[in-house]
Amino acid sequence: MVGGGHAGLTAAICAAELGASVCILEGAPRTHRAGNSRHTRNLRPMHKGPTFVLQDTYTEDEYFDDLMRVTDGITNEHLARMTIRESAESVQWLHDHGVRFQPPLGGTLHLGRTNAFFLGGGKAVMNALYREAELLGIEVHYDAEVIDLEFEVDTFKNATVKYEPENKVIAAATLVAASGGFESNIEWLKEAWGAVAENFLIRGTPYNMGGMIKLLHKNAAQQIGDPKQCHAVAIDGRAPKFDGGIVTRVDCVSLGIVVNDQAHRFYDEGEDFWPKRYAIWGRLVAAQNNQVGHVIIDQKSKGAFMPPVFPPIVADTIGALAHKIGIDEEQLIKTIEDFNRSVVPGNFDHTELDGCHTDGLEIAKTNWARTIDQPPYSAYSLKPGITFTYLGVGVTDKAQVLMENGAMYKNVFAAGEIMAGNVLGKGYLAGIGMTIGGVFGRKAGKEAAKNALN
Amino acid sequence: MRLTDLQSATQVEAERIMTICNACRYCEGHCAVFPAMEKRLAFEQADVEYLANLCHNCGSCYHHCQYADPHEFQVNVPQTFSDLRQQTYATYAFPRFMGKAFENNGMWATIITVLSFFSLFWFFGGSSFAGAAFYDIIPHSLMANTFGAVGVVALLALVAGIVRYWRALSLPSPLKLHWGHIITGIKQGVTLKYLDGGSGDGCTYPNEAPSHARRIYHQLTFFGFMLCFAATSVGTVYHYGFNWIAPYAFLTLPKILGISGGIGLIIGPIGLLWLKYIADDAPKATANKGMDAAFLILLLMTSITGLVLMLAKGSILLGPILIIHLSFVLALFITLPYGKFVHGFYRLVALIKYAYENEESSNN
Ligand SMILES: Cc1cc2nc3c(=O)[nH]c(=O)nc-3n(C[C@H](O)[C@H](O)[C@H](O)COP(=O)(O)OP(=O)(O)OC[C@H]3O[C@@H](n4cnc5c(N)ncnc54)[C@H](O)[C@@H]3O)c2cc1C
Ligand code: SF4
Ligand code: SF4
Repeated sequence: MVGGGHAGLTAAICAAELGASVCILEGAPRTHRAGNSRHTRNLRPMHKGPTFVLQDTYTEDEYFDDLMRVTDGITNEHLARMTIRESAESVQWLHDHGVRFQPPLGGTLHLGRTNAFFLGGGKAVMNALYREAELLGIEVHYDAEVIDLEFEVDTFKNATVKYEPENKVIAAATLVAASGGFESNIEWLKEAWGAVAENFLIRGTPYNMGGMIKLLHKNAAQQIGDPKQCHAVAIDGRAPKFDGGIVTRVDCVSLGIVVNDQAHRFYDEGEDFWPKRYAIWGRLVAAQNNQVGHVIIDQKSKGAFMPPVFPPIVADTIGALAHKIGIDEEQLIKTIEDFNRSVVPGNFDHTELDGCHTDGLEIAKTNWARTIDQPPYSAYSLKPGITFTYLGVGVTDKAQVLMENGAMYKNVFAAGEIMAGNVLGKGYLAGIGMTIGGVFGRKAGKEAAKNALN
Repeated sequence: MRLTDLQSATQVEAERIMTICNACRYCEGHCAVFPAMEKRLAFEQADVEYLANLCHNCGSCYHHCQYADPHEFQVNVPQTFSDLRQQTYATYAFPRFMGKAFENNGMWATIITVLSFFSLFWFFGGSSFAGAAFYDIIPHSLMANTFGAVGVVALLALVAGIVRYWRALSLPSPLKLHWGHIITGIKQGVTLKYLDGGSGDGCTYPNEAPSHARRIYHQLTFFGFMLCFAATSVGTVYHYGFNWIAPYAFLTLPKILGISGGIGLIIGPIGLLWLKYIADDAPKATANKGMDAAFLILLLMTSITGLVLMLAKGSILLGPILIIHLSFVLALFITLPYGKFVHGFYRLVALIKYAYENEESSNN
C-alpha cells in the first residue's frame, strides 16, 4: 500500500482482514501521517431513511443529480453510481473499525441530512484506523516515500523506497496506490496554471507531491482528469503555505463585497449559499491580479458568520481601510459608493436566498445585498487555497488500474485522490473526497487481497 | 493593543487557542468546552477561566488536533487549560497568598503541613503514647476541638474561594438560579460525563486510545472520599447524639462506611497516580508543580494510615500511628481550599454555568 491516508488505511485493513500480509509505505513522518485525510470533517453517504448519524433520506438519484450539477456531467456514470450505492456502507464500516460520529444535529453547516460528521475530525478517524491496522498486524513504515516502480508489461514487480544511506527495493504480489493527488507540488501546479500558482496556498499536507501519479503514467497507466481541475477555495491570505486546513476559511463573502487589487468587484457575491459557492471562489481569486481578493464588510455583518482564525483589518473610513490593505483609496470609495447606490432595499435574511439585490451594476449582487456604510469597516484579504487535485489514473469498478491501451494491469489497484478524477471531473460536493476514498479503498483492499492470495 | 483584559501569559495563550478552535470546531462533540466556546466571539478573562474549568483534561482534543505540535499553530487545549486551572485556583483562593503558595509548590506545602501537625501532636501528646485506647492518647475534646476549628477555617476559606469564582463567572446568586441547572451541573460532575470522550468509549487518557480507566479510578477516589466523610459524620452523630464512643465494632455503620470508603480511597488514588505516571506528557500542564500528586498522596496516606490504625488496635504502635493519621487528616483539611481538592468545586461551578448558559440561549 503506498500512502497512509484514509484510502490507504481502508484498503490495508480490508486486505488484512481477508488474510493478506500488508505493508503500508507512508511518505510522511509519523507526525504528518494521513495526508489530507487528517484535515477532514465529514463524508457524504447515501442513505434510505434516518440512520444513527444522518437525518431523513438521501437517495442514489438525488445524490447523482447533485454530482452531475457540480461536475457539469464530467463524471463516469457507472463508477459514480457504484460509488454512491456503496457509500451507504461507509458509516457502518468506519464505526466497526473504531471511528465515531457526531449525532445528526451537531453539524455546523446544516448538512445533517447529507453529511456524517466525524467525532473529533479526520485525525481522530485516522488514529482509529491506525490502531485497527496495528491490531491486525499490518506493517507501517513512515518516512517511506516511494520513488520508483518496476513493471513487467502489465504486472507490477517492486517499488523503490527512498531510504538513507541506501534506497530499498520492496517486491510485492500486488500494489495499491493511495498516495493522494499532486497538490503539494508547486512546480507541477505551475506547469498547469502558469506562474500564478506560486501564489497558491495548499490547505493540506506538504507530502502529496504526485510522484506516484507520475510513475504510473510513465509506466503506461491511463491518465484521467485535467491537471488544472482541483478543489480550490478562497482562504485567508495569511494562512500557512501548507496544512492551514479548515480554520483559514473566511465565511463572510456573501455578507459583503469582494474587490480585487484594483478595487473593482469581479463576481456576484450573493449568487447562492456560501457552502455551495465556497468552492468557486478559489478559481475566481486565482484569476485576479496577484491572485488576491479583498472581502469588505461593515459593522452590521460583524459576528454574523463563523469567526475566522485571523483578525480582520479594521478602519473607520473606507479610505483608511483601502490604505491599510494597500489598494487604491479613491477607487475603493467609488466602488462602494456605486454599490451602495444600487442596493435595492429589501428584507435581509441571511438564512435564505432573500433576493436583496443590486440594480444597475455591471456585476450584480443577487442576494443579501446591503449597503456598506456602518463603520468600523473590516477587510480580509483572500488567496486561492488548493484542497486537492483531480488528475490521476483510470480505474475499473473494482479499483483496478487501467492502462493507456484500455487493458488492466494484473496486480495494480488505486484508491482515493489518485483516482478521484474518475468520478469528479470538476467541481466538488462536500464530503465526496472521503466517500470516494472509502468506497475505492474497500474495493482495492479486497480485490488486492484476492489477487495476492491467488 | 489588546481589547481584552487578559492578565497572564497563560490567559493570552488560551485566548489564542480558543480563537483557532472556534474557527475549526472539529472537537465540538467531545465535551462541554467546545459548545460553550461556540457561543463566544471573543475570549476575556472570565471566559477562559470558565472554559478552562469545564475541561476535564481528557486529552481527546489534543490527540485529535491537526494543529498540535509540530504544526506551527501549536494548539494544545488540555495543557493550556491545565495551567490556567491552577492559576484560577490561586487567583480566587482565600487568603490569596495561601493559594499562591500551593500553586507554585503544591508538594512542599503539603509535606510541610503534614510535618508541622505531626510535631505539634508529638509535642503536646507525646507523653501519653503508651495508652491503648484512642482518647487516652489524645483526649477526645482536644481532637474534636482541633478538627472542628481546622474544619471550620477550611470550610470558610473554601466557600470564600468558590464564591469569588462564582462571581467572576457572572452567575446569578444561587438563590435566584433555577434548581434544574444546579442538578444538571451536579449530575454531569458526579457521573464524570465529560470523561466519556463524547462517544461513550472513554477518554484518550493515559494515551491516544480511548479508555475508561481514568473515570473508574476517579470514581473510586471520589466515592471513597464520600464514604469516609459519611463514616466520620455518622461517628460524630454517634458520639454526640448517642454517646456511643469510638472505636466501633466491625459491623457498625461508621466502620462499614469507613472501611469500604478507605479501600476505594486506596485503589483510586493509586490508580490515578499510576495513570498520571504513564500518561503522555504532551497534554499535561507545562509546569507540573506537584499539586495533583500531593493531593492524591495525601488522600492515599490518610486512607492507608486510617486502615492501619484500625488493625493496630491494642498494639503499642497505636499512639504513633494515630498521630501520623491525624496529621495527614488535618493536613488534608487545611489544604483542601488550596490544593487540588478545589477542582471539583470549580468544575461544578463551571458545569452549573454551562447548564445555565444553555438554558439562557435556548430561551432567546
Ligand atoms: C483542509 C481539507 C479539508 C478537507 N475536508 C474534507 C471533508 O470534510 N470531507 C471530505 O470528504 N474530504 C475532505 N477533504 C478532501 C480529503 O482530504 C481527501 O479527498 C481524502 O483525504 C483523500 O484521501 P487519500 O487517502 O486519497 O489521500 P491522503 O489522505 O492525502 O493520503 C495520501 C498519503 O500518501 C502519502 N504519499 C504521497 N506520496 C507518496 C509516495 N510517493 N510514497 C509514499 N507515500 C506517499 C502522503 O504522505 C499521504 O499521507 C479535505 C481536504 C483538505 C485539504
Ligand atoms: S483542538 Fe484542534 S481539532 Fe480540536 S477544535 Fe481545536 S483546533 Fe480544532
Ligand atoms: S481535553 Fe478533553 S475535556 Fe478538555 S477540552 Fe479537550 S476534549 Fe474537552
